[in-house]
Amino acid sequence: MSQNLSHDEHYDPEGAKYGMWIFIFTELFLFGGLFLVYAVFRAKYSEDFHHAAAQLDTFIGTLNTVILLVSSMTAAMSLTAIQKADYKKAIALVSFTIILALGFMVNKYFEWGHKFEYKIWPGSPVLENMEKGDLLFYGLYFMMTGLHALHVLVGMVLLAICIVKIKKRKINEEKFVLLENSALYWHLVDFIWIFLFPLLYLVT
Amino acid sequence: MEKEKHHISSYTSLAIVLISLLFLTFLSVFVATLHFSTFSVGVALIIASIKGTAVLTYFMHLKYEKRYLQLIVAGIFIVYAVVIVITFIDYLLR
Repeated sequence: MSQNLSHDEHYDPEGAKYGMWIFIFTELFLFGGLFLVYAVFRAKYSEDFHHAAAQLDTFIGTLNTVILLVSSMTAAMSLTAIQKADYKKAIALVSFTIILALGFMVNKYFEWGHKFEYKIWPGSPVLENMEKGDLLFYGLYFMMTGLHALHVLVGMVLLAICIVKIKKRKINEEKFVLLENSALYWHLVDFIWIFLFPLLYLVT
Repeated sequence: MEKEKHHISSYTSLAIVLISLLFLTFLSVFVATLHFSTFSVGVALIIASIKGTAVLTYFMHLKYEKRYLQLIVAGIFIVYAVVIVITFIDYLLR
């Protein structure tokens, strides 16, 4: 910019954070609705759900849980680093969070790929011929993990934006609400997975 | 604008929370191998709830937020619990 207009930029971290929380509430109800559908159909077709859930790979599920928990911690730590004005550490921690998120997506790719090998995907002929409960379980499995994976991708983009902004010092020890909100979003992704994991992978 | 002091979580405290979360994860995987049948859903959900609460409290920093945000978050989960109960009453009495 040629002109150096100085004006007070509107900055309201408190308001921004409460806005983020309200958004998180809507997200909780989005997934909450799916959990409710799962609960009712599980009550109705418990045998089929048991059988179908046993087909999921507990190892990959557990690995992805560990990945998300660690990444959630590094996201929280990045906030500590930025408040201590330790930019290098903050960038390293956010980058590490994104790498872990990428690891999660790679696992998801192999996990879904494995299902596709057995010709199981939403609307596939093999799935259509299964018991009604199995069909519902896999429908919910793909919907819930798919929607969750979409959130992982969005989280990665948000965190990447944060890295750029930290580099430009637009996020600094005084103004860090964007990083705070991105971290909150990332914890939400972790929070939802904490419930998805036992319901889909463990309760067999 | 008045400047409020923002609580900074220490690296150590966050690491301790992570270790507890990992422990609970492996515990819930272990419990699942015991096949408690109907019990296992309950146990898995109780462990998940403890983990979820830890994430909300420490990672999402709710412990150090203002009282009314804490109350709103608690309220949201109460509303959700009510929705579950109402749905199941509807389903079971059909």
